[in-house]
Amino acid sequence: MTDLFRGELVRLTAEEPQDLAAAFARWNRDTEYARLLDFDPMHLWSEKKMKEYIEKDMDAEPPKEYFFQVRELAEDKLIGFVGLFPIWAHGNSWVGIGMGEREYRGKGYGTDAMRLVLRFAFMELNLHRVTLDVFEYNPRAIRSYEKAGFTHEGRQRGLLVRNGKRWDVLEMGILREEWLRMNSSTT
Amino acid sequence: MLAMQTQLLEAQDIRFGPIDHEAHPAIESKWTHDADFMRLMDFYPARPLSPAMVKKKYESIEKKMDEEKNLFYFTIRAREDDRLIGKAMIEWINWANSHGWIWLGIGEADSRRKGYGSQALDMLLRYAFEELSLYRVAAALAEYNEPAIGLFRKFGFVEETRRREALHRDNRRWDLSCYGLLRPEWEALMAKGGAR
Repeated sequence: MTDLFRGELVRLTAEEPQDLAAAFARWNRDTEYARLLDFDPMHLWSEKKMKEYIEKDMDAEPPKEYFFQVRELAEDKLIGFVGLFPIWAHGNSWVGIGMGEREYRGKGYGTDAMRLVLRFAFMELNLHRVTLDVFEYNPRAIRSYEKAGFTHEGRQRGLLVRNGKRWDVLEMGILREEWLRMNSSTT
Repeated sequence: MLAMQTQLLEAQDIRFGPIDHEAHPAIESKWTHDADFMRLMDFYPARPLSPAMVKKKYESIEKKMDEEKNLFYFTIRAREDDRLIGKAMIEWINWANSHGWIWLGIGEADSRRKGYGSQALDMLLRYAFEELSLYRVAAALAEYNEPAIGLFRKFGFVEETRRREALHRDNRRWDLSCYGLLRPEWEALMAKGGAR
């Protein structure tokens, strides 16, 4: 069977809450990371608070979300996260991804992680579609999602305000059948 | 001078009121047994709720309004006798980006198709833009919810995104769209005398 958790550049892992909390606390201080990732204004949580949040999420049984950490394969370094938030009754899931380590952005690591989590979504969770949103000032991510197979599904106009200017938020989606067509050789 | 004599929560045939924890649970419990209403109102699986369950829900709504400050919930009442006929809310308000999500529904079957939904949306939009000072509002509408799509379009909402096959009901896949309205669009509509 396919190794669901290993790609070409990265693998999906679970980390100890303490280590993950330390990584998130560090990444959250990077303005670029925060402004690419989230609608909310930057805020800095303590490691303690992050650890409690992570432990609560990890303890949920059955899991409410499928949250993975991303390690690059060459040095096995923790570089980011990716998570699925399924809406089971409709077979749809939101996906969120963040590459915390600056030097690993724009080099295909995120795309590889996204490909892994899509395979997980369609081959293990048996979902019908996966949805994401992305800010219009993040062309690197948009390109990455296009490469992973996502289709543009519209934009919410001026949803986000940053530095006094309004920005659109794009939505993208991929259907199971589209993913299967793209991946017919590997499934 | 600020116009304070315009009643923001009163329309021609309806008004917005608070939750009545004694009288309303039995009425809303009845609505939750109306599968069509539940499937138009929400995307969570429809399920009947007892009056006690509705009562709990009301308590959590008021707790959330109080603690999180990003929800404004109104009951829709008929003006003639103040009876409960529906509900309207602005939810998930993101203050930093001045944006919120709108939901409304007329639960009482014999109060539908009388223009009450239109009056409720009119009031809710005025509240969103003039009281909460939002810049934009949005509504998530299922492809099969044609009456609501017609109503929101009448108020100038445009389909901004369309999640293909994002809903699964009656063994069919349906698209789920997000309709958005911006403050300048609403102001232009009001300057022309409102929705027709």
